Amino acid sequence: MPYVPHGPGDIRAMLEVIGRDDISDLFSHLPDDVKLQRPLDLPAGLSEEEVRRYFLGVAARNHGQGELVSFLGGGVYDCIIPAAVDVLSSRSEFLTAYTPYQPEVSQGTLQAIYEWQSYVCRLTGMPVANASMYDGATALAEALAVAVAARRRDRVILPGTLNPRYARVVRTLLGERGIELATAPAGSDGTTDVEALAGMLDDRTGAVVVTNPNYLGLVEPVARMGEIIKTAGAALVAVVNPVSLSVLMTPAEYGADLVVGEAQPFGMPASWGGPLLGFLACSDAYKRRIPGRIVGRTRDNRDQEGYVLTLQTREQHIRREKATSNICSNQGLNALRATIYLSMLGTEGYRELGEANLVRVTALRRRVARTAGASLPYDGPVFNETVVRLERGTAAGFIRFARGHGVLAGISLDGFPGCGSGDLLVAVTEKRTAGEIAAWGDLLQRYLDDDAQEQP
Amino acid sequence: MVPDDRKYTEEHEWVRVEDEDGQQIGTVGVTEFAAGELGDVVFVELPEVGSEYSQKDPAGTIESVKAVADLFLPVSGEVVEINQAVVDNPELVNSDPLEEGWLVKVKLVEPGELDELLDASAYSRLLEG
Amino acid sequence: MSNTELGLTGRWNASLPASIFDQGAPGRRGLTFPRWDGETIEPRLPADVRRAEPADLPDLSEPEIMRHFTRLSSLNHHIERGMYPLGSCTMKFNPRVNEQIAGLPGLADLHPEQDVEDIQGLLAALHLLETSLCEITGFAACSLLPSAGAQGEYLGMLVIREYHRSRDDDERTEVLIPDSAHGTNPASVVMAGLKPRTIASRPDGRIDVEALRKAVGPQTAGIMITNPNTLGLFEENIASIARIVHEAGGRLYMDGANMNAIMGKVRPQDMGFDVVHLNLHKTFSTPHGGGGPGAGPICVTAELEPFLPGPRIVPLGDDAFALERVPGPDDAAIHAFYGNVGVCLRALAYILRCGGDGLTRASECAVLNARYLQTALAEILPVAHAGETMHEFVASGAPWKKEFGVNTLDIAKRLLDYGFHAPTIYFPLIVEEAIMIEPTETESRESLDGFIAAMKAIHAEAVRDPDILRNAPVTTPVGRMDEARAARQPDLARLGPCQCG
Repeated sequence: MPYVPHGPGDIRAMLEVIGRDDISDLFSHLPDDVKLQRPLDLPAGLSEEEVRRYFLGVAARNHGQGELVSFLGGGVYDCIIPAAVDVLSSRSEFLTAYTPYQPEVSQGTLQAIYEWQSYVCRLTGMPVANASMYDGATALAEALAVAVAARRRDRVILPGTLNPRYARVVRTLLGERGIELATAPAGSDGTTDVEALAGMLDDRTGAVVVTNPNYLGLVEPVARMGEIIKTAGAALVAVVNPVSLSVLMTPAEYGADLVVGEAQPFGMPASWGGPLLGFLACSDAYKRRIPGRIVGRTRDNRDQEGYVLTLQTREQHIRREKATSNICSNQGLNALRATIYLSMLGTEGYRELGEANLVRVTALRRRVARTAGASLPYDGPVFNETVVRLERGTAAGFIRFARGHGVLAGISLDGFPGCGSGDLLVAVTEKRTAGEIAAWGDLLQRYLDDDAQEQP
Repeated sequence: MVPDDRKYTEEHEWVRVEDEDGQQIGTVGVTEFAAGELGDVVFVELPEVGSEYSQKDPAGTIESVKAVADLFLPVSGEVVEINQAVVDNPELVNSDPLEEGWLVKVKLVEPGELDELLDASAYSRLLEG
Repeated sequence: MSNTELGLTGRWNASLPASIFDQGAPGRRGLTFPRWDGETIEPRLPADVRRAEPADLPDLSEPEIMRHFTRLSSLNHHIERGMYPLGSCTMKFNPRVNEQIAGLPGLADLHPEQDVEDIQGLLAALHLLETSLCEITGFAACSLLPSAGAQGEYLGMLVIREYHRSRDDDERTEVLIPDSAHGTNPASVVMAGLKPRTIASRPDGRIDVEALRKAVGPQTAGIMITNPNTLGLFEENIASIARIVHEAGGRLYMDGANMNAIMGKVRPQDMGFDVVHLNLHKTFSTPHGGGGPGAGPICVTAELEPFLPGPRIVPLGDDAFALERVPGPDDAAIHAFYGNVGVCLRALAYILRCGGDGLTRASECAVLNARYLQTALAEILPVAHAGETMHEFVASGAPWKKEFGVNTLDIAKRLLDYGFHAPTIYFPLIVEEAIMIEPTETESRESLDGFIAAMKAIHAEAVRDPDILRNAPVTTPVGRMDEARAARQPDLARLGPCQCG
């Protein structure tokens, strides 16, 4: 039997020690009216080789970002995964280790998480960060819950330019906590209408979300938003792409109280959207209120420096129903991957990563500007994602056409506020080459020209 | 130690009332038993001076390495003073819960509530039982 | 016995490396990027949107990074170093073929915004996982969305809540939870907008049926039970419990943390449950990774299936699949995408490798191993209650406290010197000085005998000189940490400048 070491001799000897005749005796106390009276109706176990063959077959029926040239974003990005990240994170010592509740035998995990927390602080400009959250969306919901509880208010304002998947998760997770959710509209430039937001702020508003860049890839008017939010006495909860922090203003600089986001691009495969890596950082005032695990540095009984999980009383296993959230596991192994990735970058590498994204999205935008039948509806600065508007056909039609040529052209924005069926969200990461961007542009031109157009 | 100069609650708090310029001011803290059960106190969150609470309202928290306990005020009233020394040095709750480790001072609005609380011998009996 | 036979590992030859923020030097680099081979572009990002100062990160070369993290890894206990007898955690072996397949191109590189035509193989695999989990649990439908057990609990509570609301039963807001439950249980109930109500369990952790009868009523949304319970005992009255709750109009939720005791023996649906969550990182062998990622899918009855959030994987025949009920802007969503798919694939590999017989055998040997340990340790670690314990047992360290003045924590710390991770301690709350031991089925007889010998040696040490336990561990890279100091003066990040220069 796979993975179970026991041979018949072992079982016999152990049953003798227990004083039973047969393994089935160990289950005879289960009531007959609930016992399963037949074997499980599952196929017989496969050998390891057959398991591999099954999954190779499964993989062969899929077509991922390795095979196709991907311009997909929307929260998950095609990133480089250095070999060192895979090799180090697959070591037994990290892969199979348990949660570091016994610090004396977990300093590897604990120091790595402390380093991750430190990296998050340096990227965001905030002084405190936790050991990670499931993903950016749930991290946002959790941060908002913390903010309104701390302020003892019951209203949250979300920007209309927030990733709609995140908005859904926030609405679901906060829906039962008596928190009113309002949405600030976007202006014609695709970013949050600051005047409208100012009009919405009141003394019931506990938190306002600032998303930078926003779902359309645009840099938001964060400095002005920060000012009015602060004046209103609400918490500023920023949700950001951590890759963009290589060049964009840090949330600390525009007055954030809590910062969350999705760190998948730091060395995590897309994996059809999970597992991901949420991060959560905050100002000092919130450090005893944030959920999740957190590692602190301290000394041991031999007066050596070491690390330990701390501020654990906030977590569910002590506060139980009074806990600020029910989060138990974090994304330990993914936080390790991101830490290794960031150490591979260093200061220069991180800056280069940011510039690489900017250069490539600029190249794509220039190509669109030269493409008859397409336009760039928004002029504001972007980081690595941008909206392309098709004057003919539809975004969905172009996506299908490009797919037929081995390219994942983008995400249709049909249904997103302010967008229509001709709008496409295109991400251009450091993985894309000039040739690939040019080929994307060629496909766009061909689609827009009549003879290439299919039924939308 | 269960001194008889004060009253106690079943949640292991004490209140000692003194007359100050005609006002009844109650000093509130936790008992030695509570401090022992909590373990090393690491953080104390106290209510704002000027805020008002009813008897048994949770008014703050006492956080130790292994638990967070609510601080329930034994009497209704207005918080007139908090012990900054305990905020700066939470260990005082463990080392001297009955004196230096006091938490808040409350101006009583309903002195009759004191009759509902346990006296020293009743509280001692509670601990033994 | 010699130290080797006893398992005393000797001093770990490892010490903490310097912080990564104190290593490297300017100009060193690990990762470089492919050169931009297009026209020269100077991206014009206005100064007022840029960060004022670049992030100050340490600059290391790849060899230095490999050394740093390899040194860190040598400070960890892990499954390949020794057993984790952690009750309720099911720390079984993590098969490496699972890692291999999850990393395959065509699986790891799928983007969640891709069209269903590009992911037919993935949908087939996930559907197979759903149907397999349904067969194991007896239920009609499965959702793979929850990223962890606690999220599964939360989703289970949401589903029950939505079910009652659909019947205009808005008054049903109370969820009964035995006081022996895991801490996530009441927290998850509150997050779902319901009210947890504790019911006292009997001293053996089992539910007091009479107390239950009195506690149910028109306010009852449901009950959350672990079976076997957190003492490793099967809730033998489960059929009656289910009847009582159903007759009162409530629904039963099973915390599936202890599934490893019952696979192929009894199924949650047959016990009368309406929903169960499973921990893929426990029962189904996916790795713990130092604290995640895990996955906590739920399985439900046909009655509750309509309340599962979308999207739902739907077979179209001829091995083709569609995604239906994709959430719109006003629909519920507990995850931005589809859950921890990478973890789900690993669990499927495990299920395929084991087959029905293998899973049943896993449960049989999980129970065998636990009973073997319990029997062998009965003299020094007695179990406080009567009953047929299954895959885990809870002993009390109270006799040690009384006789030797050492507590459960001291026993746990001394085990670290013997090469074992400590068992779960101080849980469940209903047992004084609790020690919860779950070996899992992947521990060999030799491994179990080593644990037994270590516990006996530690007992002898407690008799002889209890300070040995109180000072433990002494062979580990660090000793007991000053947790009070960590919480009073939190040092949670290394801020400030990196390496000099």
